[in-house]
Amino acid sequence: MHYFCGIDIGASAAKLVLLDENQQVVARTIHHSGVDYAQTADHCLADALSAAGVTRQQIAASLSTGYGRDNVPWVGGKITEIACHGKGAFFHFRRAITVIDIGAQDSKVIHLDNRGRRTSFKMNRKCAAGTGAFLEEIALRLNRPVAELNDLAERSTREVSLGSFCTVFAATEILAKIRAGEQVEDIVKGAFRSVVKRIVEMDTLVGDLVMTGGVAAHNRYLATLAEEAFGTHAHMPPDPQHVGAFGAALFALERHEQGE
Amino acid sequence: MSSATERRDFEATKKMKGVMGKYFMELTQGPQQGRKTAWCTSVGPAELLRALGYNVYFPENHGAMLGATRMATDLIPLANARGFSPDICSYLTSDIGSYLKGESPLQKMKMPGPPKADVLVFNTNQCRDVKDWFQFYGREWNVPCVGIHTPRAIGELDDSLIDHVAQQTEALVEPLEKAAGTKLDIDKLRETIALSKQCTDLWKTVLEAAANVPSPLTFFDGTIQMGPAVVLRGHQDAVDYYRLLLDELKQRAADGVAAVEGERFRVYWEGMPIWGKLSSLSGQFTELRTCVAASTYCNSWVFEALDPSDPFRSMARAYSSIFICRSEEFKEQYIQQMVEHFRIDGILYHDAKTCPNNSNNRYEMPERLRQKLGKPYLVVNGDLNDLRLYSEEQTRTNIEAFVEQLAEE
Repeated sequence: MHYFCGIDIGASAAKLVLLDENQQVVARTIHHSGVDYAQTADHCLADALSAAGVTRQQIAASLSTGYGRDNVPWVGGKITEIACHGKGAFFHFRRAITVIDIGAQDSKVIHLDNRGRRTSFKMNRKCAAGTGAFLEEIALRLNRPVAELNDLAERSTREVSLGSFCTVFAATEILAKIRAGEQVEDIVKGAFRSVVKRIVEMDTLVGDLVMTGGVAAHNRYLATLAEEAFGTHAHMPPDPQHVGAFGAALFALERHEQGE
Repeated sequence: MSSATERRDFEATKKMKGVMGKYFMELTQGPQQGRKTAWCTSVGPAELLRALGYNVYFPENHGAMLGATRMATDLIPLANARGFSPDICSYLTSDIGSYLKGESPLQKMKMPGPPKADVLVFNTNQCRDVKDWFQFYGREWNVPCVGIHTPRAIGELDDSLIDHVAQQTEALVEPLEKAAGTKLDIDKLRETIALSKQCTDLWKTVLEAAANVPSPLTFFDGTIQMGPAVVLRGHQDAVDYYRLLLDELKQRAADGVAAVEGERFRVYWEGMPIWGKLSSLSGQFTELRTCVAASTYCNSWVFEALDPSDPFRSMARAYSSIFICRSEEFKEQYIQQMVEHFRIDGILYHDAKTCPNNSNNRYEMPERLRQKLGKPYLVVNGDLNDLRLYSEEQTRTNIEAFVEQLAEE
């Protein structure tokens, strides 16, 4: 049996997916990206091989994606995370879709037609608005772990509106809200809403809405707010954080089959 | 040693360095030789100034040098501190920063810096910032700052508009004669316009070479080769240089020499260059075997309307015809023609943060043209000179993803 590997070294987390010849996921791993991407990639691969009981020699093809895509020595090629998130999402939703991938450092809106062909894409500008970095900053200001944000937002009974997309200005606004006695959970919901508003203004929705990426995976309430904003159901593929790595593995398999 | 991502330079470029060096030397020696210096916006009435015997200096060329040498990013904050917003033209802020600090890339060419102006002459056909920029120096040096106020968003160039701009140009003659200490010789003006027209025709033919598949030159080559068309139009040296370059280009095209080896795709660059990143961008496109074959920017120094038999009106027509001061409808049609003529696969729009007048993605044009032409587009956020507004990593990923998309088309 041959296996196919996709590794997505993102700004915050490195994700790896191992597929068999039938496009079945046999292992998925995740590590902090850290500062030595090559070493992180080795750790991800070692964990996946051990989990799946597969040897390195059985991997027929590998592709890398994400910010660190140039830093994985053992892959056969690289491809952008825009292509990979599209590929991974389309695998689960075979129709015209708009993929919204919210990552640690950037957000993407990808339009795919009903054949899975990308018709357009947008990335956020040189700005942390609408990304995980925005929520990290808010968590820091509120002195709460990032992992608690989703529960806090869900508990909110009254929303506090943040007027600015700018991470720095929003943080200043939050200080004013704290002084005014606003509840932490209401402020967090306001921050979540701000992320969604930024995404909404990036591009239009074409077809069904699919959300991917680590930020949405760990903060499902963002999908709820996205549904409100777009007025449609937000689909999430299985394990949204690994969709980029999954897409890369699918590309690896496809290229192998095409003899590339 | 050359690498796969290295730009394939032209032999003629060596000659261009001499031509540009001579131009700058003459600017430096002007005061000793009793010649006056006029500053002129890059699409200003250069022919009139040359005909009056001025040495003509173009500060936008200096702005581009500040960008290309990446000195701009350190100099812009000095102008910001003085009161020029970081949101306005970064040619202006980097040039004024350079003046305030007394540092210029011209010093590497053994010039003390930009020559002091005896008169400053603007044309607002590009934007209002050029006027504000020149007025700063007018105040600093207490010299006259005069110019032409060209209407914006021009649709059809009708007679009343041409009259309006031509009258303003003619009205410049008196103050310019006064500052020059000489009278305008109309035959000299006609002669200069004739030379300018020759230069423009040759420059256009140079850029036309990119219609060949594969293209023998890229937009990145164009940003280097355009130097004489900007600063030496109306001068024999520019004409001679482009004849030389054209011979080389024709040979390249005849031999099927590609500027980008293994050219797979052809992209149109709309908007300003990102001067400090031209080399890395050129390298990335070469690596992706994608030729940025044509641009609005390099074609902005093509002035087909110049006509020595009708000097003022033809100058008015030529300088009001340029893309940047035209209507959205005109711009769309222009880009459509370029895309068809140069057999373009996709359009890259550079949204230059400090140059709203030359960022044409801001009023939905990319989407309209995508629907009309069926060609994909990419918007790159950046700036002409202020690299604080540019994200290298995001741009690299965007371009890579764009070329992936072209491959899918």
